[in-house]
Amino acid sequence: MSAPGAPGAFRTAAAKALKDPELRANFRRAMDGLMTKRAAMFADPAEWRDLRALGATIRQRAIANLPELLERLEEKCTGNGVQVRWAETTEEANAVVLEILRRHGATRVVKGKSMVSEEMHLNDFLEKHGIESLESDLGEYIIQLDGETPSHIIMPAIHKNRQQIARLFGRKIREARYTEDVDELTRIARRVLRRKFFEAEAGISGVNFAVAETGTLCLVENEGNGRMSTHVPPVHIALMGIEKVVERLEDVPPLYSLLTRSATGQAITTYFNMITGPRGPGEKDGPREVHLVILDNGRSRIFSDRELSATLRCIRCGACMNHCPVYTRVGGHAYDAVYPGPIGKILTPQTEGLGRRHDLAHASSLCGACGEVCPVGIPIAELLVRLRREAVRGDRSSAVLGAGEARSRLESLAWAAWAAAHRSPSLYRLMGLAATRLSRLLPARLPVLSRWTSVRETPRPARRTLHELVEREGVDNA
Amino acid sequence: MSLSEPGGRAKPEAVYYYGTCLMDLFFPEAGMAGIRLLRREGLRVVFPRGQTCCAQPAFNCGYHEEARAVARAQIALFPRPYPIVVPSGSCAAMMKHHYPALFEGDPFQEQAEAFASRVFELTQFLADVLEVELSDHGESVRVAWHPSCHSLREMGIAEEPKSLLAQLVNVERVPLIRERECCGFGGTFSVREPEISAAMVEDKATDVVSTGASLLLSGDGGCLLNIGGRLAARGDRVRPTHVAEFLWERTK
Amino acid sequence: MPDAAREGILARLRAAPRSEAPAADFAVMARKAWPGPERYPRLKRLMEAVQTEFLETTGEDWPRAIRDFLKSEGLSTLLYGPDTAAGKRLAESWPPGAGPKLVPYDRPVEECKSRLFHEVDAGFTTTRGGIAETGGVILWPSPEEPRLLSLVPPVHLALLETDAIHDTFFEVLRSEDWAGAMPPNALLISGPSKTADIEQTLAYGVHGPKRLVVVAVRGES
Repeated sequence: MSAPGAPGAFRTAAAKALKDPELRANFRRAMDGLMTKRAAMFADPAEWRDLRALGATIRQRAIANLPELLERLEEKCTGNGVQVRWAETTEEANAVVLEILRRHGATRVVKGKSMVSEEMHLNDFLEKHGIESLESDLGEYIIQLDGETPSHIIMPAIHKNRQQIARLFGRKIREARYTEDVDELTRIARRVLRRKFFEAEAGISGVNFAVAETGTLCLVENEGNGRMSTHVPPVHIALMGIEKVVERLEDVPPLYSLLTRSATGQAITTYFNMITGPRGPGEKDGPREVHLVILDNGRSRIFSDRELSATLRCIRCGACMNHCPVYTRVGGHAYDAVYPGPIGKILTPQTEGLGRRHDLAHASSLCGACGEVCPVGIPIAELLVRLRREAVRGDRSSAVLGAGEARSRLESLAWAAWAAAHRSPSLYRLMGLAATRLSRLLPARLPVLSRWTSVRETPRPARRTLHELVEREGVDNA
Repeated sequence: MSLSEPGGRAKPEAVYYYGTCLMDLFFPEAGMAGIRLLRREGLRVVFPRGQTCCAQPAFNCGYHEEARAVARAQIALFPRPYPIVVPSGSCAAMMKHHYPALFEGDPFQEQAEAFASRVFELTQFLADVLEVELSDHGESVRVAWHPSCHSLREMGIAEEPKSLLAQLVNVERVPLIRERECCGFGGTFSVREPEISAAMVEDKATDVVSTGASLLLSGDGGCLLNIGGRLAARGDRVRPTHVAEFLWERTK
Repeated sequence: MPDAAREGILARLRAAPRSEAPAADFAVMARKAWPGPERYPRLKRLMEAVQTEFLETTGEDWPRAIRDFLKSEGLSTLLYGPDTAAGKRLAESWPPGAGPKLVPYDRPVEECKSRLFHEVDAGFTTTRGGIAETGGVILWPSPEEPRLLSLVPPVHLALLETDAIHDTFFEVLRSEDWAGAMPPNALLISGPSKTADIEQTLAYGVHGPKRLVVVAVRGES
């Protein structure tokens, strides 16, 4: 992969992905399926409207009270016996995890799915320190075997078809016979991971919702690997971003309903796991220690901008990318970011800086399909425009990372000229006259517009402008 | 009576018309057709000559100072409390939904909001406010309808154009398979991410051709230029036509 | 103990301008409700759609129904919590001699982990009722009924009183005031474990139990 975040990197990666028919077919089929399933789940427009409004307000309220809720969460968790640690950066978070594991002499770890751990590059970090950190979610297990990163936040191996997975298992899993049968492949994974769950000295997970009222960590899953990772090993480490807290336990059912239906078109997942402490008095199983690591990694900076703080409402459902015409065509890896798709396009420039990542903010036609399905009402298209503005017009007083770093003299001049022309009715009409009269002289393919005209015929101005027709017809001026 | 909400049933005696820069240069006949459709309903149509562009291109690229300067000039041309009818979903959305935000905290804010509250997209105005009745004088034709993203998602216009077309008895509308998917124009998106835009317009063009329609109708000039340009480059015979022009030609 | 990261993060959050906190309207959550007699059939239909099996029986008969099930499925060991009322009932009614064996989960997992993972065919738990809206049973692990009973053995048998089915997750959480007393672990289960990670094709029996059997006990109404 090219240097991450070099401007223009997305365009290059996207162009490459567009030429891969297998990738395009895999994603098209997968996204179509997910869109259809979601639509079936929200067939009642009134329910969708009201449930989404509720989800949005619950998340807005949580963001509005974030510091207080985090303190309450910490207080409750601590009272329940959960050990809470904070980390401003991913380096700090990795250090905290390592410290806990070292204290227990743990070298074999099983992991449930956690996008925060992807931000931390946790597996690589632990490997470097001699600790095996094995992904247990089937999709994550598959891509870890192949040395890849997730291409979708809910279905990490969505870019692979069964033949690719069959070949991978055949190559990498010693005891596995080659098979393309999905049930067989699943059985192989079950056998391998069951041993790992049995032997693991610690389990790491993410957190879907952290309830301040009770100190409860909620985990959503279908496979059972989350429960295995959090209940079998003697130590459980949960990782969460600061924005994952909600105020009350009753806030959870609406968000859970929105999450499962938006993500995979399920009314409910196989398991909804609520953890409110380590092994309690008299309990015969469960981890002896539960640790919660609360990670910032740029979120507090996003929080400080009232408009952009809406980014933090995200409950990581993936519906935005499922409906995005760009994501569908280029897949998740083209973004070269932990979070791809529309949410990634607003999050990544804010956490990694507009200087390096402003092209992601422009990698959108602003069609709004994402915002239309976002269960917590994040106005993604509006935030993309805001980031575009920050990229070229932001300044030192802006809270946005890298504000103004994409400023270009040429571009600024061009838009200043555009504004001057369009503020002068006579100049504007003159340009219109010129375009219509000279249109015959335009070649079929204009070099300066070659990006447009390489696949489309050059648009030709009409013989007369509307202004001229209106004048001729004697339409009133005032 | 206030006409800030569609469905305000009283017919106004006059309306403003905002032609849009794309219509001005590329679809002037369609722009004129929109005016004729309104006049036919007994309205006086006012076209302030100083109008240029709604400033959406500058706005979408993040040049909000420049956008504000041009927007202010537009707003100043429409002082009377007439509805402002716009034959473009994306331009209507820019003025209705983004002008208020553009002027937030600005002394001009109140004027901008008043202006925005009077903006209608053309098919929305014809169907919801004027409740026009159309009789088809044309020959049998099969058409495809492409809703622009801004029309659909920002203006909430889904049924109005279809209901107008449905009134024309000799017009057969065949739905696109991926009707709601973006055509890939997105203004400068088509030149900043040309490969992705090309892939999107290719799929849209294929969808259009597969309907067997001889005309592609849309309410948005940008989409028509985009999809029409691709269809022409492919040598497809489907003609891109603005819905205003189509409605006028069929019913005049 | 001063924690620089904690202080840094909270200080930044406290210093920022606050966004709006609109009032939340939960009315939409109350709209899903079914008459009592409809809840069990709905739950059964939804759970069967995700491969849950149902053993329908009575308050009298359920221990025998479980035993017969184990016999006919060739399952020879059933792990259970001996100190629950249901556990005691099971043990009392279990005939000695040949046939499926009851294995009490009566010691910390550290002392029986290998057996739990390798020698137990099925696990039995009670439930704290079910949820009609989405189909699912409520598990409330405890010292008497440990967590791994419903996770590690390949087959999970869950005792459900059909009278104890609530309309929605929201409703039961509120009406039973779960927030007042959350145990270290509580969960909802809707079926056997599954995945769609390979070509979005559903496969059952991943890491959790391969089979979920709901032993549905009809009330006396």
